[in-house]
Amino acid sequence: MGGYKRFGIMLCLGVGLFLGSLVGIPMAGAEDEVLKVDTGDTAWVLTSTALVLAMTMPGLALFYGGMVRRKNILGTIMQSIVVLCLVSLIWITVGYSLAFGPDQGGLIGSLDWIGLNGVGSAPHPTYGPTIPHQVFMLFQLMFAAITPALITGAVAERMKFSALLLFAGLWSLFIYVPVAHWVWGGGWLGQMGAIDFAGGAVVHITSGVSSLVCAIVIGKRTGWGADHMPPHNLPFTLLGTGLLWFGWFGFNAGSALGANGVAGTAFLATQAAAASGALVWMAVEWTHRGKPTVLGVASGVVAGLAAVTPASGYIGPFSAILIGAVAGLLCYYAVYWKGKMSYYDDSLDSVGIHGVSGVFGILATGLFASKAINAAGADGLFFGNAGELGVQAIMAGSITLFSVVGTWIILKLVDAVVGLRVSADDEQVGLDLSQHNEQAYSHD
Amino acid sequence: MKIVGAIIKPFKLEAVKDALMEIGVQGMTATEVTGLGRQKGNKETYRGAEYTTDFVPKVKIEVFVADNLVPQVIETIMRSAKTGTIGDGKIMVSDLNNVVRIRTGETGDGAI
Repeated sequence: MGGYKRFGIMLCLGVGLFLGSLVGIPMAGAEDEVLKVDTGDTAWVLTSTALVLAMTMPGLALFYGGMVRRKNILGTIMQSIVVLCLVSLIWITVGYSLAFGPDQGGLIGSLDWIGLNGVGSAPHPTYGPTIPHQVFMLFQLMFAAITPALITGAVAERMKFSALLLFAGLWSLFIYVPVAHWVWGGGWLGQMGAIDFAGGAVVHITSGVSSLVCAIVIGKRTGWGADHMPPHNLPFTLLGTGLLWFGWFGFNAGSALGANGVAGTAFLATQAAAASGALVWMAVEWTHRGKPTVLGVASGVVAGLAAVTPASGYIGPFSAILIGAVAGLLCYYAVYWKGKMSYYDDSLDSVGIHGVSGVFGILATGLFASKAINAAGADGLFFGNAGELGVQAIMAGSITLFSVVGTWIILKLVDAVVGLRVSADDEQVGLDLSQHNEQAYSHD
Repeated sequence: MKIVGAIIKPFKLEAVKDALMEIGVQGMTATEVTGLGRQKGNKETYRGAEYTTDFVPKVKIEVFVADNLVPQVIETIMRSAKTGTIGDGKIMVSDLNNVVRIRTGETGDGAI
């Protein structure tokens, strides 16, 4: 989605179904024209929006829920579903306007679109010129919702529910919204030519590096390293993996903002990287640890998917296979290193998978992006444009720095107001009973 | 020979097992159980309907012990299972007439 403006031009040029002979309408002129909604494009983006919803609930909820101990599954699922609801309302009221509203000095959107004022059923010239503006806003809402939900994996089994709610709301407004603006909403990174097709930086780097800060600030789970903390229901995790994978086609191919060739390119890259990520993780683990594990394959799928996200609309299938493969290898070692060194308890590996593949994916986009695949994108280093890699590195570095500092401040604030952690007794009893008065698996 | 049984908090199982192995115990049986004691049960709410579950999850372990090791095993379990809060559980000791190792037919202390 790096540069909706360029996508807009491409759509008008290439597949503007109703513009047929009017090839090459300049954007400045397009703003004066009445943009026409394309039913096929709109249907695809609406469908994609629902697909991305399914990634959070129940996809991520089950993916994480299966990995925790059975006394914490409801608390874990609850975090995803309530973050989804909370961010939905934040996004509709002020978040969308601040992220995508008219640019204020490259840093933030204006409040002109507060309460979706002016965001109606007519298309916006740069945010998907063939779909209703409201549909674009909704598609983006699902991205905003899943991103803080990803962080819940780093603080699993010990964060107070009230603290999580406060954190997710603040984080969404003060971290996600500005970063989305910088990259996609006309902000400084987008203006510099940084490209992020479907959210490698905006979603995976922000959530991944913030997860690291969260895991360090909140501290390890009681008994980590000494007690057994195996996943209590891997079939749930696999069900969640399947739903994430399924939903990711909406995430990536939907980011084409139309039912067109770029959507097909992104769809193909998504499948290719998921497959190679899984097989490489499996092969590395098999060699290194003696047995290929089911959780390893599921982790490889997610690593491949996350890594290919920023590049998916700009690359061919073999670049995607390579990106997925390297992500499988890198994330395997990142997760293994975390377990071996025990510096921090990134409980469900939000850092090792989303953070690592997020940063790698953004850099890989600067290597593998090709204008031959998508004229609206950019050429990467391997296609003769070394500068693009530098721009991508600036994006990864600046977003990492911003997320780390911002997340740390938000955590300290939340800690002062409500306290981040549940009490030792509550942690022992589990989040399900201590936070929610419920049990997932009754004895009766 | 004695059976030393203990009902402990589930999350203490690993600590108790490690402590017992350290003093030379070579085997034990562990069972997931639910129990009712001085520790209050949990309150649960489902769509406004409240339930109090009096029975809370516990783990029961059983160790076969030669007579001379019994005090040490009891002390080890006490130390490793203790949190200091109500619900830490109980240790019970009972006589054991004989033990037979199925594979070899050994009996008594040699089969432990």
